[in-house]
Formats: sequence, C-alpha cells, structure tokens
Amino acid sequence: MDEITYAQAVNAALRRALAEDPSTVLFGEDVALPGGVHGVTRRLHREFGERVFDTPISESAILGGAVGAAMMGLRPIVEIMWADFAFVAFDQLINQAANVRYVSRGRLTAPMTVRTQQGATPGSCAQHSQNVEALFAHIPGLRVCLPATPQDAYDLLLTAIGCDDPVVVIESRALYHSLKGTVDQDGPRAPIGGARIHRTGSDISVVTWGPMLHTVLEAARVLEGSDISVEVIDARWLNPFDTDTVAESVSRTGRLAVVHEANLTGGFGAEIIARVVERGVPLSTPPLRVATDDLRIPAAPGLQQAAIPGRDVVARQLLSMLAPGVAA
Amino acid sequence: MSHSLTATALADLAGLWRIRCFEETVTRLRVEEQIVGSVHLCIGQEAIPVGACAALDLTRDAVFATYRGHGWALACGADPAALFAELLGRETGTNGGRAGSAYLSDPDHGFYGENSIVGAGAPIAVGAALAARYDGSGRVALTVFGDGAMNQGAVHEAMNMASAFDLPVVFLVENNRYSELTPIAAMVRNADLVARSAAYGMPGARVDGNDVDAVRRAVAEAVDTCRSGRGPVLIEAHTQRLVGHYIGDAQVYRPRDEVELARTAEPIVVLTAALRAAGVSDAELTGIETRVRAEIETAAAMALAAPPADPNAVKEHVYG
Repeated sequence: MDEITYAQAVNAALRRALAEDPSTVLFGEDVALPGGVHGVTRRLHREFGERVFDTPISESAILGGAVGAAMMGLRPIVEIMWADFAFVAFDQLINQAANVRYVSRGRLTAPMTVRTQQGATPGSCAQHSQNVEALFAHIPGLRVCLPATPQDAYDLLLTAIGCDDPVVVIESRALYHSLKGTVDQDGPRAPIGGARIHRTGSDISVVTWGPMLHTVLEAARVLEGSDISVEVIDARWLNPFDTDTVAESVSRTGRLAVVHEANLTGGFGAEIIARVVERGVPLSTPPLRVATDDLRIPAAPGLQQAAIPGRDVVARQLLSMLAPGVAA
Repeated sequence: MSHSLTATALADLAGLWRIRCFEETVTRLRVEEQIVGSVHLCIGQEAIPVGACAALDLTRDAVFATYRGHGWALACGADPAALFAELLGRETGTNGGRAGSAYLSDPDHGFYGENSIVGAGAPIAVGAALAARYDGSGRVALTVFGDGAMNQGAVHEAMNMASAFDLPVVFLVENNRYSELTPIAAMVRNADLVARSAAYGMPGARVDGNDVDAVRRAVAEAVDTCRSGRGPVLIEAHTQRLVGHYIGDAQVYRPRDEVELARTAEPIVVLTAALRAAGVSDAELTGIETRVRAEIETAAAMALAAPPADPNAVKEHVYG
C-alpha cells in the first residue's frame, strides 16, 4: 500500500463519502475550484460537480446553511478554513446546530460535519493558531474529534460524516503535508468514539491528541533511554471520550499525564484527569497537565517554540512524575 | 368583493381571530403564572403570518420564524392545543416542553421553528433552500424576522449567499418600528429597510402588513419568483405591535397615544370593516369571533388538562 499524506487521507475520505452517499454536499470558502487553501479538497468539485461548491466568506451563512440543509435531509460537510474563524459564527454551532435534535425530541436532526484545522505553525499569527477543542467539547449536542494520523484522518472523518449529530472534526494544519502513512481505504466505517494506544508502557499513562501525539511519542522515546516506560494514548475523540481505555491504562501504570497544545486553563486535559480521579483509580503520584501557558500565540517561530511544549519539555515534565525535583 | 373573495376574506378573518384569541389567552395564562418565562406576542401583527402562510405550500415549504412566532405556528396549521401545551410545559406540547414560548417548532406543518437569537433563522433558511437544489422538492424557505434583525450580520450573510446562488428564500421583515425596545429609526440612517434588497441584487417589495390580502399577494409573487429559480426576495411588511415586546413590558419608550392610534388600523378592525362594507352581516362577523374563541378555549382547556412534561425523559435526544 502506498503512503499518502494526512491531507490526501482527508481528501480520500471526502471522495468516498461523496461517492457513497448522494445526500452529502461539501461547501466552504475556496474548497471547490481552488481545492482549498491547504489543497485538501482538490479535484472534488471536478468529480462531484455542484455537490462541491465555494461560498462567500460568511461563516454564519456556511454553518447556518449546513444546519438548514441538514434539517431537510442532506448530509452537509462544511469547511471552516481556520478554527479561529468559527468564533465569528459560534451561534450557528452552539445555539442552533446543537439544539436541533434535543429541542425537537429527535423530530429534527442536524447531521452535519464541520471540518476545520487548528494549531500553531511557524509564522501563524495569533488569530490563526489557537487550539479550540475544549470550547467545542463543552457543548452538549456536538461531537468532537481530532485525528493525528493519516489513517485516522480518513477514518474519523468518515465516521463523522456518517454520524447523525453535528460533528466538529479538527484537523491539524501542521500534519497536512508533513505526515505520511499507509491508509486502508476499504474498511468499514468505524463506530464513533474510541481512543487508540499508540505505545504501551508501564510507568506513566499519557493522554494526548492531535499533532501533540507525535511530540509525546518522541518524548516517550527520549525517556526510554532513562528506562522509563510511557504508555501513549491518542484520545482521538473528545466527545464521546473513551474514559474506559484511559482508566484501564492508569490502573496499570498508576500515573496519569495529559498533554495538549491548547492552553492550560479549562483545557480538556483537566476534564480527563477529573474523570479518572472520579473513578477512584489509585494514583501513585499527583496527575500532571502539560499544556501551553495561558497566553496568546505569537507568530515568530522562536516565540512559538518558547510558548508551546516541545519534546524536551514534555519529556522533562513526565520525568518529574517519577523523579521529583528533576524537572525544570 | 366577489363571493369567492369574500369567502377567502372570511377565512382570513378567522385566521386573524385564531391568533388574537390564542395570544389573549396566553396573556391570561402568563399573568396567572400558569405559563412562566418570557413571552413575546404578535397582537396587532397577525395579518403577516395569515397572509404569508396562505401563499405557501406547507406540504413542502419551510418557515423559520422569530421568538414572536406563535402566530406563525398557528398560521402554518399547528394545533392550538399543542402550542398551549408547549407554553405550559406539558408532555403534549409541540416540543414536549423543551422549547417553551420562544423556540418551538412543528415541522409536520412546515414550521421549522422559532429562533430566540435575533436573525439566526435566516442562514438556516438559506440551508433549507439549498437543500431544495438537490432534493427536487421545489421547496421555498420563508424566514421572518423583525426590523432589528436587519442589523444582524448573519442576516446580511444569508441574504448575500441566497442572492449569489439564486436560492429560493423569502426574507420577510416584520417592521413593527421597534427593535425590541428601541425605535428602528434611531438605529439606522435609512429606515427604508427594503432598499437593502437592491444591494443584494434581489427584488424587494414593501407591503401593508396589516392587510392580509396584500401580504398574501406579495408573498405569492415572491414564492413564484423563488420557485421559478429567480432567486430570493426581500419583503418589508409594516405593522405595529398593540402590546409590548414581552408580556410585562411597560413600554415607557413608546409615545402615549401610539398604541391607541394603531388600534384604528390593526388587521382585525380593517378586515372586519371591509367585510361589513362588502355586505357581510354583523351576525356572521360576530359568529366568526365566537366560534374561534370557543375553539381556542377548548384547546387551552385540553392543554391545561395534559400531564406535565416527563422529567424522566430530560436526558433523551441530546445525541442520536
């Protein structure tokens, strides 16, 4: 099987969804003729004609259009070009999409998929670099996932499109063209939810998601040199969140760390720790949160590196759980 | 009026009374605190929903209203007893008590819901119209909002996108001169709201919103434009509230005699006078009101007798 990029995996999932289900439509800013500013939707307009179209720069109309089309029986997939831009139209996600099923007692539904991408990459300014998953995950009625590998970029998106609820799929701009892998494109659509253990270990359970997965895997390899065995869990879905897999892992390792690129306060990592602690899973050390400090994200690469935990910071912090006093 | 026109007008009058009586009963139930929370009435504005819905095919068309939407639900054909029950938090309510006065829906009658966010229904109506492109239904989406919503960004986005894509959306502004508690004239430089249609390259029409037949004709023409693929239409219907923005609104912001003056031009007075002039007897006119009052009274009694919404079901339907 040939390796494809994370962006190509998203493209392949969209192609399959559009081919398999005539009720799917794909729209957003620059997604059709230009093929997306990140090239993720290339050739789909050519293949599917008017079911893939460009919209005005109007996030409320894009998201509201998806809500209305979904209420009428379509399965819209919309792109919000950068996750930061969702804020100009949060009403349509939070007050509208998330309420449709509940308030109508299921008489109406909004089976829409919102694709967006987030994260800091070199040079991305403060309005193009935020990590906003906790904001979506806080909203009952929405589903949220963050694929970290090409296979998951393919699988999670297909699952999201097949889901009868509004789902926000947060892709990683950093991974679009930098990460390649083999992708099985013939499998059945996976059920919604489910974490993936990328690496087994016996000393610390680390839960992470999105591009930070790769930072954590690198940190785990660094710690291997110090004979520290790190179990790395990619949450993948924040809603529904797979508490069982995490709790089971922590019950073996006795230690829990969460690592995310989003800033600390109110981050989803706190929710994960709360869930595990509430279950009464015994911990041999206090749980650890590794996150970006509560600040705005600067554009300069050097400043971004100073703000966002990299491999060495993550490794040092994890090490501190086993060897207090060692960490910076 | 010809005989058939008179028959239509008599049906219109019944439609106006149905909404008026419903809302008068709602007022009573709210004052008695059997209905709780914020309630927005459309007393004085009934001709717009009655006229507009008469021009729609509600087996396929979709209506998206504001929180001042009881009249729209009724004009779409929703069961008054189910609407009362919704306001009363009963199990038999259109939404089983989950929506209340300001966010109820009844899609079985083409009523896709009120919206408590000013202007938010407009982009959703655009989506419903967009779906018509693919499902072959011939659906027209009608979204109604107040003059205040004309200053919401989402409404502008919706009007532009509908225009750019020639989508079948009727944007209907109920201009009752007040954006909640503030005069629209103080909030815009150009109070001629329909003039904005030109900016979006769509037809615009101004209509006397207290005249059922004028509303029906304007909406029918707009629906025809939409169904023939010629894109959206903006209609500005002028009207006045005979009541406050919400039940309990003391209306300190309104000139003292404004409502009294408005009572001489409100839709029931106007249509009743026209029918009387056309030769309809007072007995027949009074009969309509009496019949509708009885119908609404029965509906309210049914709703009051219904069980409260089931708390055991409160966690259902968050997800599929």
